[in-house]
Amino acid sequence: MTAGTPKTLFDKIWESHLVKQSEDGTCLIYIDRHLVHEVTSPQAFEGLRQNGRKVRRPDLTLAVADHNVPTHNRAAGIEDEQSRIQIETLRRNTAEFEVPFFDMDDVRQGIVHIIGPEQGFTLPGTTIVCGDSHTSTHGAFGALAFGIGTSEIEHVLATQTLLQRRASNLRIAVEGELPLGVTAKDMILSIIGRIGTAGGTGHVIEFAGDAVMNLSMEGRMTMCNMAIEAGARAGLIAPDETTFAYLKGRPMAPKGAAWEQAEAYWRSLPSDPGAHYEMELTQAAEHIDPQVTWGTSPEDVVPVTGVVPDPEHALTEAKRSSMIESLDYMGLSAGTRLQDISVEKVFIGSCTNGRIEDIRAVAQVAEGRKVAEGVHAMVVPGSGLVKEQAESEGLDRILSEAGFDWREPGCSMCLAMNADKLRPGERCASTSNRNFEGRQGPGGRTHLMSPAMAAAAALTGRITDIRELV
Amino acid sequence: MDKFTSVTGIAASLPLANIDTDMIIPARYLKTIKRTGLAEGLFANLRTDKDGNPKDFVLNDPPYDKAEILVTGENFGCGSSREHAPWALLDAGIKVIISTSFADIFYNNCFKNGILPITLPAHIVEQLHDDATRGSNARITVNLENQTVAGPDGGSVTFEIDPFRKHCLLNGLDDIGLTMGEVEKIDDYESKRKLSQPWL
Ligand code: SF4
Repeated sequence: MTAGTPKTLFDKIWESHLVKQSEDGTCLIYIDRHLVHEVTSPQAFEGLRQNGRKVRRPDLTLAVADHNVPTHNRAAGIEDEQSRIQIETLRRNTAEFEVPFFDMDDVRQGIVHIIGPEQGFTLPGTTIVCGDSHTSTHGAFGALAFGIGTSEIEHVLATQTLLQRRASNLRIAVEGELPLGVTAKDMILSIIGRIGTAGGTGHVIEFAGDAVMNLSMEGRMTMCNMAIEAGARAGLIAPDETTFAYLKGRPMAPKGAAWEQAEAYWRSLPSDPGAHYEMELTQAAEHIDPQVTWGTSPEDVVPVTGVVPDPEHALTEAKRSSMIESLDYMGLSAGTRLQDISVEKVFIGSCTNGRIEDIRAVAQVAEGRKVAEGVHAMVVPGSGLVKEQAESEGLDRILSEAGFDWREPGCSMCLAMNADKLRPGERCASTSNRNFEGRQGPGGRTHLMSPAMAAAAALTGRITDIRELV
Repeated sequence: MDKFTSVTGIAASLPLANIDTDMIIPARYLKTIKRTGLAEGLFANLRTDKDGNPKDFVLNDPPYDKAEILVTGENFGCGSSREHAPWALLDAGIKVIISTSFADIFYNNCFKNGILPITLPAHIVEQLHDDATRGSNARITVNLENQTVAGPDGGSVTFEIDPFRKHCLLNGLDDIGLTMGEVEKIDDYESKRKLSQPWL
């Protein structure tokens, strides 16, 4: 690429992080920020130890325990021995390798993709990795952020770099104004429904258009979070005033003159007019309805006003058989109205929708109402600071009075590694990101939706169009 | 990492599309702090029912319980970044996975563990699914040096692979060791970064 060629946001970040490029296209890129959690890191630290290697830049690394932590009565410790060992291992490893660590009793503890932005560790124009696919969340800040495996974690710990090949640019613009009751979650679900879970493979998706740029940082994070569910390597949104306002004053964000210098640089990051994308899609915001998944893949999604689709109408034989399998697992039959499906569990939380704005949306729906008989509805804040903020706004009281179960922060029933899980056959309205078989507990059935929609389901005991409640 | 040259072995067919990493190894098996012993969790929810009794699943029955090659549906390995997925496959003796497409992170993770993921066009994968259902005749030979896959009838096709990754697999090379050799370039980059972006 010659100087003067218009560049995308992704091109700019990529090129500014090249340490070395080989003739065959393999690139060594520098990593600015590395987030670490207890599940995918133990074997990486062990590898360092076996080879007598050190962490090259502990100052660019931040560790937290989130996947296994209990969300209830934490003082009692962790009952499950293996979960406890994983967290103790992280505590030991971070002490030995001098990596900053937010322990379970630290108010800053929380889901790794919530605490990074919250602390200002996540910054525009940076490369961010974590041994977790939802690292794409941080792309909301105009950072190139993606999930890596444990061998790559070890590589980053040892060298602060990563071997990568350049991804392609895909631009998805959502234009116009979102209708009332329709959120960032609905936008991203409808995009995944359109392009499929492999639609973004090999690409970095830049989300654009006024419906995206009008979102808060929370909403932007929800969108980028699920870019991985569209198969993308990462999601990206150009940094702007909303981004800067969110970051300013955060503990790890630059201060004073450094802030001025950083902000000036960040303003140069958005894609240049005329920059080339390998693929471009546009969607009209006003045609998006609240979305709900019916199957066992995030692409199995329909508007809440719809019905469970019929496998006989599938375009391919492979799709038809996987639909039949999904419906069997979900205990649903074709033609059932989504709104006739009842739920026993509601899970509000996760790195997709566990931020303050999400809790506010739920409280707004819940205020003065009651959770339906026979429904257990959990609200799990994404971090200790989200919890503190919600409590200072009195949201916990509103939720508790309405019959919601207000918990301690963590990943919780997003992947059911701690004690929070669905029982076989139980059906859950969930604000998380994956409805895979067994994701929320063996045999559990997940319907993904927005926080307000999940709150509405809690109140009525069935999947409900939020627009009927507001 | 062991060197990968060629494999001749039983191939098993798993034609489902979008097999995600939660299916390959459910989260409850991720609580280990080791890389080994994960075969127990491999396809756990497909292999056994909730009481632990074996289900009708291809890898449960001979000769496929000894499979070294998996022929799968499209978008194999989508979902989480867990390297436990390739670890579990490797622990169960799987060395090659053939599909029309793979999810990015999973694809990457395979190479770090000496597993060869092979992407081939749909009509060839379909033929290999066929080959992989021939019981004790379901033997496929994969040769990395020549980049070929040969079915039981002898017909062989070639596949594409990134030369750097091929080189690392063939020689069992550890990426980290290689990158450590570039330490001067990394030092250089860091000093430049310190000047241009001091806030980092
Ligand atoms: S909340 Fe769920 S998706 Fe997010 S990091 Fe935790 S387990 Fe992964």
